Amino acid sequence: MSDSPSIDISTAEKMSRLANLKMSSEQLKEMSFTLTKVVQLFHSLSQVNTEGIEPLVTPVDIRLVLRSDLAKTNFSAEEMLSNAPEKTGNLFTVPPVV
Amino acid sequence: MQIHELSAQELSQKIQSKEVSAAEVAKHFLERAQNLNFKLNAFISFNEEVLKEAEKIDLQIARGNKIGPLAGVPLGVKDMFCTQGIRTTAGSRILENFVPPYDSTVVRKLKEAGAIVLGKLNQDEFAMGSSGETSYFGVCKNPWDLSKTPGGSSGGSAAAQAAGLAALCLGTDTGGSIRQPASFCGVYGIKPTYGRVSRYGIVSYASSLDQAGPVTRTVSDAALALEVISGKDALDMTSSDQSVPEFHKNLNPSLHGKRIAVLKEYENSDGLTPDIVNAYEKAIEFLRGEGATVEQISCPHAIHGVSVYYLVATSEASSNLSRYDGVKYGHRAQFENISSTSLKDFYSSTRGEGFGPEVKRRIMLGTYCLASGYYEAYYKKASQVRRIIRDEFLVALQGFDALVSPVTSTTAFDIGKKISDPVKMYMNDIFTVCTNLAGLPGASVPVGKDRAGLPIGIQVQSLPFCEQSVLDVSYALELAFKNSVGAPHV
Repeated sequence: MSDSPSIDISTAEKMSRLANLKMSSEQLKEMSFTLTKVVQLFHSLSQVNTEGIEPLVTPVDIRLVLRSDLAKTNFSAEEMLSNAPEKTGNLFTVPPVV
Repeated sequence: MQIHELSAQELSQKIQSKEVSAAEVAKHFLERAQNLNFKLNAFISFNEEVLKEAEKIDLQIARGNKIGPLAGVPLGVKDMFCTQGIRTTAGSRILENFVPPYDSTVVRKLKEAGAIVLGKLNQDEFAMGSSGETSYFGVCKNPWDLSKTPGGSSGGSAAAQAAGLAALCLGTDTGGSIRQPASFCGVYGIKPTYGRVSRYGIVSYASSLDQAGPVTRTVSDAALALEVISGKDALDMTSSDQSVPEFHKNLNPSLHGKRIAVLKEYENSDGLTPDIVNAYEKAIEFLRGEGATVEQISCPHAIHGVSVYYLVATSEASSNLSRYDGVKYGHRAQFENISSTSLKDFYSSTRGEGFGPEVKRRIMLGTYCLASGYYEAYYKKASQVRRIIRDEFLVALQGFDALVSPVTSTTAFDIGKKISDPVKMYMNDIFTVCTNLAGLPGASVPVGKDRAGLPIGIQVQSLPFCEQSVLDVSYALELAFKNSVGAPHV
Protein backbone atom coordinates (compact mmCIF):
# COMPACT_ATOMS: atom_id res chain seq x y z
CA MET A 1 0.00 0.00 0.00
CA SER A 2 1.62 3.27 -1.05
CA ASP A 3 1.46 6.36 1.16
CA SER A 4 -1.40 7.86 -0.80
CA PRO A 5 -2.97 5.10 -2.87
CA SER A 6 -5.14 6.04 -5.80
CA ILE A 7 -7.10 4.26 -8.47
CA ASP A 8 -6.55 6.22 -11.67
CA ILE A 9 -8.81 5.97 -14.69
CA SER A 10 -6.64 3.41 -16.47
CA THR A 11 -6.64 1.17 -13.36
CA ALA A 12 -10.41 1.58 -13.08
CA GLU A 13 -10.71 0.64 -16.76
CA LYS A 14 -8.56 -2.45 -16.17
CA MET A 15 -10.73 -3.50 -13.20
CA SER A 16 -13.91 -3.04 -15.21
CA ARG A 17 -12.44 -5.35 -17.88
CA LEU A 18 -11.42 -7.96 -15.31
CA ALA A 19 -14.86 -7.79 -13.69
CA ASN A 20 -16.73 -7.87 -17.01
CA LEU A 21 -18.54 -4.61 -16.30
CA LYS A 22 -19.16 -2.37 -19.30
CA MET A 23 -18.87 1.27 -18.24
CA SER A 24 -18.89 4.60 -20.00
CA SER A 25 -15.88 6.91 -19.69
CA GLU A 26 -17.97 9.14 -17.43
CA GLN A 27 -18.72 6.18 -15.14
CA LEU A 28 -15.05 5.19 -15.07
CA LYS A 29 -14.10 8.73 -14.10
CA GLU A 30 -16.58 8.68 -11.23
CA MET A 31 -15.35 5.23 -10.14
CA SER A 32 -11.76 6.40 -10.17
CA PHE A 33 -12.67 9.37 -7.96
CA THR A 34 -14.79 7.49 -5.38
CA LEU A 35 -12.62 4.36 -5.25
CA THR A 36 -9.55 6.49 -4.59
CA LYS A 37 -11.35 8.02 -1.59
CA VAL A 38 -12.27 4.54 -0.40
CA VAL A 39 -8.78 3.01 -0.70
CA GLN A 40 -7.36 6.03 1.11
CA LEU A 41 -9.74 5.18 3.96
CA PHE A 42 -8.05 1.77 4.13
CA HIS A 43 -4.59 3.28 4.33
CA SER A 44 -4.35 3.02 8.13
CA LEU A 45 -4.25 -0.79 7.80
CA SER A 46 -0.72 -0.62 6.45
CA GLN A 47 0.40 0.54 9.91
CA VAL A 48 -0.77 -2.71 11.56
CA ASN A 49 1.98 -5.24 12.18
CA THR A 50 0.69 -8.52 10.76
CA GLU A 51 3.94 -10.42 10.56
CA GLY A 52 3.34 -14.13 11.14
CA ILE A 53 -0.45 -13.72 11.39
CA GLU A 54 -2.41 -16.31 9.46
CA PRO A 55 -5.24 -14.72 7.40
CA LEU A 56 -8.72 -15.45 8.74
CA VAL A 57 -11.03 -16.40 5.91
CA THR A 58 -14.00 -17.54 7.96
CA PRO A 59 -14.88 -16.73 11.59
CA VAL A 60 -15.68 -20.28 12.69
CA ASP A 61 -13.84 -23.55 12.45
CA ILE A 62 -15.25 -25.49 9.56
CA ARG A 63 -14.80 -29.22 9.41
CA LEU A 64 -15.10 -30.73 6.00
CA VAL A 65 -17.64 -33.52 6.06
CA LEU A 66 -18.29 -36.24 3.53
CA ARG A 67 -21.70 -37.51 2.56
CA SER A 68 -22.64 -40.74 0.88
CA ASP A 69 -22.15 -40.53 -2.86
CA LEU A 70 -25.74 -41.21 -3.81
CA ALA A 71 -27.45 -39.96 -6.94
CA LYS A 72 -30.63 -37.99 -6.29
CA THR A 73 -32.83 -35.67 -8.30
CA ASN A 74 -33.04 -32.09 -7.10
CA PHE A 75 -34.61 -30.17 -9.92
CA SER A 76 -36.00 -31.11 -13.28
CA ALA A 77 -34.45 -29.69 -16.46
CA GLU A 78 -37.68 -27.77 -16.96
CA GLU A 79 -37.32 -26.09 -13.56
CA MET A 80 -33.68 -25.28 -14.22
CA LEU A 81 -34.54 -23.72 -17.57
CA SER A 82 -37.56 -21.81 -16.27
CA ASN A 83 -35.53 -18.63 -15.65
CA ALA A 84 -33.38 -18.83 -18.76
CA PRO A 85 -33.31 -15.50 -20.60
CA GLU A 86 -33.10 -17.43 -23.87
CA LYS A 87 -33.31 -21.14 -24.56
CA THR A 88 -33.33 -23.49 -27.50
CA GLY A 89 -35.30 -26.63 -26.72
CA ASN A 90 -33.79 -28.05 -23.59
CA LEU A 91 -30.64 -25.91 -23.77
CA PHE A 92 -29.47 -22.43 -22.73
CA THR A 93 -28.71 -20.24 -25.73
CA VAL A 94 -25.32 -18.51 -25.53
CA PRO A 95 -23.00 -16.69 -27.93
CA PRO A 96 -20.31 -18.74 -29.67
CA VAL A 97 -17.70 -19.71 -27.08
CA VAL A 98 -14.93 -20.94 -29.39
CA MET B 1 -55.65 -3.26 19.96
CA GLN B 2 -55.62 -3.79 16.21
CA ILE B 3 -54.40 -7.01 14.59
CA HIS B 4 -51.23 -5.40 13.25
CA GLU B 5 -50.30 -4.12 16.70
CA LEU B 6 -50.07 -7.61 18.20
CA SER B 7 -46.86 -9.57 18.50
CA ALA B 8 -46.42 -12.55 16.16
CA GLN B 9 -47.01 -14.93 19.05
CA GLU B 10 -50.14 -13.15 20.28
CA LEU B 11 -51.43 -13.26 16.74
CA SER B 12 -50.75 -16.96 16.31
CA GLN B 13 -52.36 -17.76 19.66
CA LYS B 14 -55.52 -15.92 18.59
CA ILE B 15 -55.51 -17.84 15.28
CA GLN B 16 -54.95 -21.17 17.01
CA SER B 17 -57.73 -20.49 19.52
CA LYS B 18 -59.99 -19.53 16.56
CA GLU B 19 -60.55 -16.04 17.95
CA VAL B 20 -59.64 -14.83 14.50
CA SER B 21 -58.96 -16.83 11.34
CA ALA B 22 -55.60 -16.96 9.56
CA ALA B 23 -57.43 -15.83 6.41
CA GLU B 24 -58.78 -12.70 8.17
CA VAL B 25 -55.31 -11.93 9.48
CA ALA B 26 -53.70 -12.43 6.08
CA LYS B 27 -56.34 -10.23 4.43
CA HIS B 28 -55.82 -7.48 7.03
CA PHE B 29 -52.05 -7.43 6.56
CA LEU B 30 -52.22 -7.72 2.77
CA GLU B 31 -54.64 -4.79 2.51
CA ARG B 32 -52.66 -2.71 4.99
CA ALA B 33 -49.34 -3.44 3.26
CA GLN B 34 -50.71 -2.76 -0.21
CA ASN B 35 -52.45 0.45 0.92
CA LEU B 36 -49.38 1.85 2.67
CA ASN B 37 -46.73 0.64 0.27
CA PHE B 38 -47.01 3.74 -1.92
CA LYS B 39 -45.78 5.75 1.07
CA LEU B 40 -43.05 3.42 2.33
CA ASN B 41 -42.03 1.31 -0.69
CA ALA B 42 -41.23 -1.47 1.79
CA PHE B 43 -42.43 -4.33 -0.43
CA ILE B 44 -41.12 -5.27 -3.86
CA SER B 45 -43.57 -8.15 -4.45
CA PHE B 46 -46.60 -9.69 -2.77
CA ASN B 47 -47.42 -13.38 -2.55
CA GLU B 48 -50.48 -13.93 -4.73
CA GLU B 49 -51.23 -17.18 -2.89
CA VAL B 50 -51.23 -15.69 0.61
CA LEU B 51 -54.99 -15.96 1.21
CA LYS B 52 -55.12 -19.55 -0.08
CA GLU B 53 -52.20 -20.49 2.15
CA ALA B 54 -53.93 -18.87 5.14
CA GLU B 55 -57.08 -20.87 4.42
CA LYS B 56 -54.99 -24.04 4.51
CA ILE B 57 -53.78 -23.10 8.00
CA ASP B 58 -57.40 -22.51 9.09
CA LEU B 59 -58.33 -25.92 7.70
CA GLN B 60 -55.55 -27.61 9.65
CA ILE B 61 -56.70 -25.87 12.84
CA ALA B 62 -60.33 -26.85 12.19
CA ARG B 63 -59.26 -30.47 11.73
CA GLY B 64 -57.28 -30.37 14.97
CA ASN B 65 -54.02 -31.15 13.17
CA LYS B 66 -50.73 -30.42 14.86
CA ILE B 67 -49.52 -26.99 13.77
CA GLY B 68 -46.42 -24.94 14.36
CA PRO B 69 -45.89 -22.10 16.85
CA LEU B 70 -46.09 -19.46 14.11
CA ALA B 71 -49.32 -20.75 12.58
CA GLY B 72 -50.92 -18.07 10.44
CA VAL B 73 -48.28 -15.40 11.07
CA PRO B 74 -47.83 -13.15 7.99
CA LEU B 75 -44.15 -13.07 7.19
CA GLY B 76 -42.29 -10.33 5.35
CA VAL B 77 -39.17 -11.73 3.68
CA LYS B 78 -36.21 -9.65 2.61
CA ASP B 79 -35.76 -10.13 -1.13
CA MET B 80 -32.41 -11.88 -0.53
CA PHE B 81 -34.17 -15.14 0.41
CA CYS B 82 -35.23 -17.49 -2.35
CA THR B 83 -38.96 -18.18 -2.17
CA GLN B 84 -40.39 -20.93 -4.32
CA GLY B 85 -42.66 -19.49 -6.99
CA ILE B 86 -42.27 -15.91 -5.70
CA ARG B 87 -39.98 -13.48 -7.50
CA THR B 88 -36.66 -12.94 -5.68
CA THR B 89 -34.76 -9.89 -6.90
CA ALA B 90 -32.12 -9.01 -4.25
CA GLY B 91 -33.19 -5.45 -5.07
CA SER B 92 -31.42 -5.69 -8.43
CA ARG B 93 -32.33 -5.29 -12.08
CA ILE B 94 -30.17 -8.31 -12.86
CA LEU B 95 -32.64 -10.53 -10.94
CA GLU B 96 -35.74 -8.51 -11.80
CA ASN B 97 -37.66 -11.51 -13.14
CA PHE B 98 -36.01 -14.36 -11.24
CA VAL B 99 -38.52 -16.83 -9.77
CA PRO B 100 -36.72 -19.50 -7.72
CA PRO B 101 -37.80 -23.12 -8.00
CA TYR B 102 -37.02 -23.67 -4.30
CA ASP B 103 -37.24 -22.10 -0.85
CA SER B 104 -34.21 -21.03 1.16
CA THR B 105 -33.81 -23.18 4.28
CA VAL B 106 -34.83 -20.29 6.55
CA VAL B 107 -38.06 -19.68 4.66
CA ARG B 108 -38.79 -23.42 4.52
CA LYS B 109 -38.38 -23.73 8.29
CA LEU B 110 -40.63 -20.75 9.00
CA LYS B 111 -43.28 -22.14 6.65
CA GLU B 112 -43.06 -25.48 8.45
CA ALA B 113 -43.67 -23.58 11.71
CA GLY B 114 -46.88 -22.23 10.16
CA ALA B 115 -45.79 -18.77 8.96
CA ILE B 116 -47.23 -17.54 5.67
CA VAL B 117 -45.12 -15.51 3.23
CA LEU B 118 -46.94 -12.21 2.73
CA GLY B 119 -44.42 -10.69 0.36
CA LYS B 120 -40.85 -9.77 -0.43
CA LEU B 121 -39.25 -6.75 1.15
CA ASN B 122 -37.25 -3.95 -0.36
CA GLN B 123 -33.54 -3.69 0.35
CA ASP B 124 -30.32 -2.20 -0.87
CA GLU B 125 -29.21 -3.93 -4.08
CA PHE B 126 -27.51 -7.22 -3.15
CA ALA B 127 -27.57 -5.94 0.47
CA MET B 128 -24.91 -3.38 -0.45
CA GLY B 129 -25.92 -0.22 1.33
CA SER B 130 -26.73 1.30 4.69
CA SER B 131 -29.75 3.38 3.71
CA GLY B 132 -32.17 1.38 1.56
CA GLU B 133 -31.39 3.80 -1.29
CA THR B 134 -29.50 1.53 -3.70
CA SER B 135 -32.49 -0.68 -4.57
CA TYR B 136 -33.39 -0.90 -8.27
CA PHE B 137 -37.01 -0.78 -7.08
CA GLY B 138 -36.76 2.66 -5.53
CA VAL B 139 -35.97 4.14 -2.16
CA CYS B 140 -37.61 2.65 0.91
CA LYS B 141 -38.84 5.20 3.49
CA ASN B 142 -38.70 5.34 7.26
CA PRO B 143 -42.23 5.11 8.76
CA TRP B 144 -41.25 7.51 11.58
CA ASP B 145 -40.43 10.26 9.08
CA LEU B 146 -40.86 9.72 5.35
CA SER B 147 -37.99 12.08 4.55
CA LYS B 148 -35.55 9.77 6.36
CA THR B 149 -33.98 6.48 5.30
CA PRO B 150 -35.05 3.32 7.13
CA GLY B 151 -31.39 2.25 7.17
CA GLY B 152 -30.05 -0.70 5.29
CA SER B 153 -29.63 -3.02 3.83
CA SER B 154 -32.69 -4.68 5.44
CA GLY B 155 -34.54 -1.34 5.27
CA GLY B 156 -37.78 -2.86 3.98
CA SER B 157 -37.79 -5.43 6.80
CA ALA B 158 -37.41 -2.80 9.53
CA ALA B 159 -39.83 -0.34 7.90
CA ALA B 160 -42.50 -3.02 7.35
CA GLN B 161 -42.14 -4.32 10.91
CA ALA B 162 -42.29 -0.85 12.46
CA ALA B 163 -45.32 0.17 10.40
CA GLY B 164 -47.19 -3.06 11.13
CA LEU B 165 -47.22 -4.23 7.51
CA ALA B 166 -46.11 -7.75 8.51
CA ALA B 167 -46.18 -9.58 11.83
CA LEU B 168 -42.68 -11.03 11.48
CA CYS B 169 -39.85 -10.08 9.13
CA LEU B 170 -36.61 -11.60 7.96
CA GLY B 171 -33.41 -9.76 7.26
CA THR B 172 -29.79 -10.52 6.48
CA ASP B 173 -26.77 -8.93 8.12
CA THR B 174 -23.32 -8.80 6.54
CA GLY B 175 -21.96 -5.73 8.36
CA GLY B 176 -24.93 -4.42 10.34
CA SER B 177 -27.77 -4.79 7.85
CA ILE B 178 -30.26 -6.08 10.42
CA ARG B 179 -29.14 -4.04 13.43
CA GLN B 180 -28.77 -0.60 11.84
CA PRO B 181 -32.24 -0.51 10.19
CA ALA B 182 -33.79 -2.03 13.33
CA SER B 183 -32.23 0.86 15.25
CA PHE B 184 -33.42 3.48 12.73
CA CYS B 185 -36.98 2.12 12.73
CA GLY B 186 -37.42 1.33 16.44
CA VAL B 187 -37.81 -2.45 16.15
CA TYR B 188 -35.81 -5.42 17.42
CA GLY B 189 -33.34 -7.21 15.15
CA ILE B 190 -30.81 -9.92 15.87
CA LYS B 191 -27.91 -11.22 13.80
CA PRO B 192 -27.04 -14.71 15.02
CA THR B 193 -23.57 -16.20 15.36
CA TYR B 194 -22.01 -17.01 11.98
CA GLY B 195 -23.06 -20.61 11.29
CA ARG B 196 -26.09 -20.63 13.59
CA VAL B 197 -28.48 -20.24 10.65
CA SER B 198 -28.21 -21.89 7.24
CA ARG B 199 -27.38 -19.61 4.32
CA TYR B 200 -28.77 -22.07 1.75
CA GLY B 201 -30.97 -20.23 -0.72
CA ILE B 202 -29.94 -16.76 0.42
CA VAL B 203 -28.45 -14.60 -2.32
CA SER B 204 -24.76 -14.39 -1.46
CA TYR B 205 -23.02 -11.08 -0.85
CA ALA B 206 -19.99 -11.90 1.33
CA SER B 207 -20.15 -15.54 2.32
CA SER B 208 -17.88 -15.40 5.39
CA LEU B 209 -19.93 -12.56 6.89
CA ASP B 210 -23.57 -13.10 5.80
CA GLN B 211 -26.11 -14.29 8.36
CA ALA B 212 -29.91 -14.27 8.41
CA GLY B 213 -32.01 -13.21 11.36
CA PRO B 214 -35.43 -11.99 12.44
CA VAL B 215 -36.65 -8.39 12.65
CA THR B 216 -39.51 -8.27 15.12
CA ARG B 217 -41.72 -6.14 17.31
CA THR B 218 -40.66 -7.97 20.50
CA VAL B 219 -37.59 -9.79 21.80
CA SER B 220 -39.77 -12.79 22.57
CA ASP B 221 -40.86 -13.05 18.90
CA ALA B 222 -37.21 -12.90 17.84
CA ALA B 223 -36.28 -15.65 20.33
CA LEU B 224 -38.98 -17.92 18.92
CA ALA B 225 -38.20 -17.16 15.27
CA LEU B 226 -34.48 -17.66 15.87
CA GLU B 227 -35.15 -21.02 17.48
CA VAL B 228 -37.17 -22.05 14.42
CA ILE B 229 -34.58 -21.02 11.82
CA SER B 230 -31.40 -22.17 13.62
CA GLY B 231 -29.57 -25.46 13.24
CA LYS B 232 -27.35 -27.59 11.06
CA ASP B 233 -28.32 -27.83 7.42
CA ALA B 234 -26.77 -30.42 5.16
CA LEU B 235 -27.12 -27.91 2.32
CA ASP B 236 -24.80 -25.36 3.98
CA MET B 237 -21.45 -26.72 5.13
CA THR B 238 -20.79 -23.56 7.17
CA SER B 239 -23.91 -24.14 9.29
CA SER B 240 -23.08 -25.33 12.79
CA ASP B 241 -24.12 -28.54 14.51
CA GLN B 242 -24.15 -26.78 17.91
CA SER B 243 -27.40 -27.65 19.68
CA VAL B 244 -30.10 -25.00 19.50
CA PRO B 245 -31.34 -23.85 22.91
CA GLU B 246 -35.01 -23.17 23.55
CA PHE B 247 -34.34 -19.44 23.28
CA HIS B 248 -37.94 -18.48 23.76
CA LYS B 249 -38.69 -20.69 26.76
CA ASN B 250 -35.38 -19.75 28.43
CA LEU B 251 -35.88 -15.99 28.07
CA ASN B 252 -34.92 -14.39 31.40
CA PRO B 253 -34.67 -10.62 31.99
CA SER B 254 -32.84 -10.88 35.33
CA LEU B 255 -29.66 -8.82 35.29
CA HIS B 256 -28.55 -9.65 38.77
CA GLY B 257 -24.92 -10.81 38.73
CA LYS B 258 -24.53 -10.31 34.98
CA ARG B 259 -21.21 -8.98 33.72
CA ILE B 260 -21.60 -6.40 30.99
CA ALA B 261 -18.69 -5.10 28.93
CA VAL B 262 -18.39 -1.73 27.23
CA LEU B 263 -15.72 -1.17 24.60
CA LYS B 264 -13.16 1.56 25.15
CA GLU B 265 -12.65 2.05 21.39
CA TYR B 266 -16.36 2.81 20.85
CA GLU B 267 -16.51 5.52 23.52
CA ASN B 268 -16.20 9.10 22.25
CA SER B 269 -16.39 7.85 18.68
CA ASP B 270 -16.43 10.61 16.02
CA GLY B 271 -19.88 11.87 15.13
CA LEU B 272 -21.73 10.18 17.99
CA THR B 273 -24.69 12.50 18.61
CA PRO B 274 -25.49 13.71 22.15
CA ASP B 275 -28.94 12.07 22.05
CA ILE B 276 -27.40 8.69 21.31
CA VAL B 277 -24.76 9.15 24.01
CA ASN B 278 -27.56 10.05 26.42
CA ALA B 279 -29.65 6.98 25.50
CA TYR B 280 -26.60 4.74 25.77
CA GLU B 281 -25.67 6.13 29.19
CA LYS B 282 -29.24 5.68 30.40
CA ALA B 283 -29.15 2.04 29.27
CA ILE B 284 -25.86 1.46 31.09
CA GLU B 285 -27.23 3.14 34.21
CA PHE B 286 -30.29 0.87 34.04
CA LEU B 287 -28.14 -2.27 33.71
CA ARG B 288 -26.09 -1.23 36.73
CA GLY B 289 -29.20 -0.37 38.70
CA GLU B 290 -30.62 -3.84 38.10
CA GLY B 291 -27.58 -5.56 39.58
CA ALA B 292 -25.25 -6.00 36.60
CA THR B 293 -21.61 -5.00 36.81
CA VAL B 294 -20.36 -2.90 33.92
CA GLU B 295 -16.67 -2.99 33.03
CA GLN B 296 -14.65 -1.45 30.25
CA ILE B 297 -12.76 -3.76 27.89
CA SER B 298 -10.43 -2.91 25.03
CA CYS B 299 -10.01 -4.34 21.53
CA PRO B 300 -7.45 -1.90 20.10
CA HIS B 301 -7.80 -3.09 16.49
CA ALA B 302 -11.58 -2.56 16.42
CA ILE B 303 -10.82 0.90 15.01
CA HIS B 304 -9.77 -0.85 11.77
CA GLY B 305 -13.11 -2.70 11.53
CA VAL B 306 -14.63 -0.62 8.72
CA SER B 307 -11.52 -0.88 6.53
CA VAL B 308 -11.19 -4.63 7.06
CA TYR B 309 -14.89 -5.14 6.50
CA TYR B 310 -15.03 -3.28 3.17
CA LEU B 311 -11.90 -5.01 1.88
CA VAL B 312 -13.09 -8.51 2.82
CA ALA B 313 -16.76 -8.00 1.89
CA THR B 314 -16.06 -6.48 -1.52
CA SER B 315 -13.45 -9.13 -2.35
CA GLU B 316 -15.94 -11.88 -1.58
CA ALA B 317 -18.67 -10.00 -3.44
CA SER B 318 -16.59 -9.64 -6.60
CA SER B 319 -16.22 -13.40 -6.64
CA ASN B 320 -19.81 -14.24 -5.59
CA LEU B 321 -21.41 -11.91 -8.11
CA SER B 322 -19.43 -13.31 -11.03
CA ARG B 323 -22.26 -15.87 -11.37
CA TYR B 324 -24.54 -13.21 -12.87
CA ASP B 325 -23.67 -13.66 -16.51
CA GLY B 326 -27.03 -13.61 -18.29
CA VAL B 327 -26.85 -17.29 -19.23
CA LYS B 328 -28.99 -19.40 -16.90
CA TYR B 329 -31.14 -16.77 -15.21
CA GLY B 330 -31.42 -13.06 -14.68
CA HIS B 331 -31.12 -10.05 -16.95
CA ARG B 332 -29.45 -10.44 -20.34
CA ALA B 333 -28.41 -7.58 -22.61
CA GLN B 334 -30.12 -7.71 -25.98
CA PHE B 335 -28.09 -8.17 -29.15
CA GLU B 336 -29.33 -8.10 -32.71
CA ASN B 337 -27.52 -11.29 -33.51
CA ILE B 338 -26.29 -13.37 -30.59
CA SER B 339 -24.25 -15.70 -32.82
CA SER B 340 -22.03 -12.81 -33.92
CA THR B 341 -21.57 -11.44 -30.38
CA SER B 342 -18.36 -12.08 -28.50
CA LEU B 343 -18.68 -13.73 -25.10
CA LYS B 344 -16.78 -10.84 -23.50
CA ASP B 345 -19.23 -8.26 -24.89
CA PHE B 346 -22.14 -10.46 -23.91
CA TYR B 347 -20.99 -10.69 -20.28
CA SER B 348 -19.88 -7.10 -19.81
CA SER B 349 -22.98 -5.58 -21.43
CA THR B 350 -25.28 -7.83 -19.41
CA ARG B 351 -23.53 -7.01 -16.14
CA GLY B 352 -23.07 -3.33 -17.02
CA GLU B 353 -26.83 -3.01 -17.53
CA GLY B 354 -27.91 -5.33 -14.74
CA PHE B 355 -25.98 -3.95 -11.76
CA GLY B 356 -26.51 -0.55 -10.16
CA PRO B 357 -23.73 1.95 -9.32
CA GLU B 358 -23.03 0.83 -5.73
CA VAL B 359 -22.84 -2.85 -6.69
CA LYS B 360 -20.49 -1.99 -9.55
CA ARG B 361 -18.35 0.06 -7.17
CA ARG B 362 -18.03 -2.84 -4.73
CA ILE B 363 -17.30 -5.39 -7.47
CA MET B 364 -14.61 -3.05 -8.84
CA LEU B 365 -13.14 -2.55 -5.38
CA GLY B 366 -13.14 -6.29 -4.68
CA THR B 367 -11.57 -7.00 -8.06
CA TYR B 368 -8.85 -4.47 -7.25
CA CYS B 369 -8.20 -5.99 -3.79
CA LEU B 370 -7.82 -9.46 -5.28
CA ALA B 371 -5.87 -8.45 -8.39
CA SER B 372 -2.29 -9.47 -8.91
CA GLY B 373 -0.07 -6.81 -7.36
CA TYR B 374 -2.65 -5.64 -4.84
CA TYR B 375 -3.72 -8.91 -3.17
CA GLU B 376 -0.99 -8.91 -0.49
CA ALA B 377 -1.51 -5.27 0.46
CA TYR B 378 -5.28 -5.41 0.53
CA TYR B 379 -7.13 -8.75 0.79
CA LYS B 380 -4.40 -10.66 2.60
CA LYS B 381 -3.62 -7.76 4.91
CA ALA B 382 -7.31 -7.31 5.74
CA SER B 383 -7.75 -11.03 6.45
CA GLN B 384 -4.76 -10.92 8.81
CA VAL B 385 -6.14 -7.91 10.68
CA ARG B 386 -9.49 -9.69 10.75
CA ARG B 387 -7.88 -12.51 12.73
CA ILE B 388 -6.39 -9.98 15.16
CA ILE B 389 -9.80 -8.34 15.62
CA ARG B 390 -11.60 -11.68 16.04
CA ASP B 391 -9.07 -12.91 18.60
CA GLU B 392 -9.18 -9.64 20.55
CA PHE B 393 -12.97 -9.86 20.85
CA LEU B 394 -12.92 -13.54 21.85
CA VAL B 395 -10.34 -12.91 24.57
CA ALA B 396 -11.79 -9.62 25.86
CA LEU B 397 -15.33 -11.02 26.10
CA GLN B 398 -14.37 -14.10 28.15
CA GLY B 399 -16.38 -14.11 31.37
CA PHE B 400 -18.81 -11.43 30.17
CA ASP B 401 -22.48 -12.02 29.44
CA ALA B 402 -22.72 -9.22 26.90
CA LEU B 403 -21.04 -6.28 25.24
CA VAL B 404 -23.25 -3.19 25.06
CA SER B 405 -22.64 -0.27 22.68
CA PRO B 406 -24.43 2.18 20.39
CA VAL B 407 -25.59 0.72 17.05
CA THR B 408 -25.04 3.87 15.04
CA SER B 409 -23.52 7.32 15.47
CA THR B 410 -26.74 9.08 14.45
CA THR B 411 -30.42 8.34 14.20
CA ALA B 412 -32.04 7.90 10.76
CA PHE B 413 -30.58 10.42 8.31
CA ASP B 414 -32.19 12.28 5.40
CA ILE B 415 -32.74 10.42 2.15
CA GLY B 416 -30.04 11.58 -0.27
CA LYS B 417 -27.72 12.91 2.42
CA LYS B 418 -24.93 10.33 2.11
CA ILE B 419 -25.64 8.40 -1.07
CA SER B 420 -23.14 10.34 -3.20
CA ASP B 421 -20.29 9.92 -0.70
CA PRO B 422 -19.44 6.23 -0.18
CA VAL B 423 -16.86 6.94 2.53
CA LYS B 424 -19.45 8.77 4.66
CA MET B 425 -21.93 5.96 4.04
CA TYR B 426 -19.42 3.23 4.91
CA MET B 427 -18.49 4.95 8.19
CA ASN B 428 -22.11 4.39 9.32
CA ASP B 429 -21.13 0.83 10.01
CA ILE B 430 -18.42 1.55 12.55
CA PHE B 431 -20.21 -0.08 15.53
CA THR B 432 -21.60 -3.08 13.69
CA VAL B 433 -18.93 -4.52 11.36
CA CYS B 434 -16.68 -6.14 13.98
CA THR B 435 -19.58 -8.39 15.02
CA ASN B 436 -19.57 -9.94 11.54
CA LEU B 437 -15.79 -10.01 11.19
CA ALA B 438 -15.60 -11.99 14.45
CA GLY B 439 -18.75 -14.04 13.76
CA LEU B 440 -20.45 -12.91 16.98
CA PRO B 441 -24.18 -12.66 17.66
CA GLY B 442 -25.50 -9.10 18.00
CA ALA B 443 -28.80 -7.31 18.30
CA SER B 444 -30.33 -3.85 18.30
CA VAL B 445 -32.88 -3.06 21.01
CA PRO B 446 -34.97 0.13 20.86
CA VAL B 447 -34.37 2.18 24.01
CA GLY B 448 -35.60 5.67 23.24
CA LYS B 449 -35.97 8.51 20.77
CA ASP B 450 -33.94 11.56 19.88
CA ARG B 451 -35.20 15.14 20.12
CA ALA B 452 -36.68 14.84 16.62
CA GLY B 453 -38.69 11.79 17.69
CA LEU B 454 -36.58 9.25 15.79
CA PRO B 455 -35.84 5.87 17.43
CA ILE B 456 -32.50 4.97 19.01
CA GLY B 457 -31.25 1.40 19.39
CA ILE B 458 -28.63 -0.07 21.67
CA GLN B 459 -26.44 -2.93 20.49
CA VAL B 460 -26.05 -6.07 22.57
CA GLN B 461 -23.42 -8.62 21.54
CA SER B 462 -21.92 -11.73 23.06
CA LEU B 463 -19.53 -14.61 22.42
CA PRO B 464 -20.24 -17.07 19.57
CA PHE B 465 -23.35 -19.21 20.15
CA CYS B 466 -24.35 -17.14 23.21
CA GLU B 467 -27.52 -15.78 21.60
CA GLN B 468 -29.37 -16.57 24.80
CA SER B 469 -27.28 -13.96 26.63
CA VAL B 470 -27.96 -11.42 23.88
CA LEU B 471 -31.68 -12.14 24.03
CA ASP B 472 -31.83 -12.05 27.86
CA VAL B 473 -30.09 -8.67 28.13
CA SER B 474 -32.20 -7.40 25.22
CA TYR B 475 -35.35 -8.57 27.00
CA ALA B 476 -34.39 -6.67 30.16
CA LEU B 477 -33.79 -3.50 28.13
CA GLU B 478 -37.05 -3.98 26.25
CA LEU B 479 -39.08 -4.31 29.44
CA ALA B 480 -37.47 -1.15 30.82
CA PHE B 481 -37.63 1.07 27.73
CA LYS B 482 -40.44 -0.15 25.46
CA ASN B 483 -42.81 2.61 26.52
CA SER B 484 -40.30 5.27 25.54
CA VAL B 485 -40.30 4.17 21.90
CA GLY B 486 -43.81 3.11 20.80
CA ALA B 487 -44.83 2.78 17.16
CA PRO B 488 -44.95 5.28 14.29
CA HIS B 489 -48.20 6.73 12.93
CA VAL B 490 -48.16 6.00 9.24
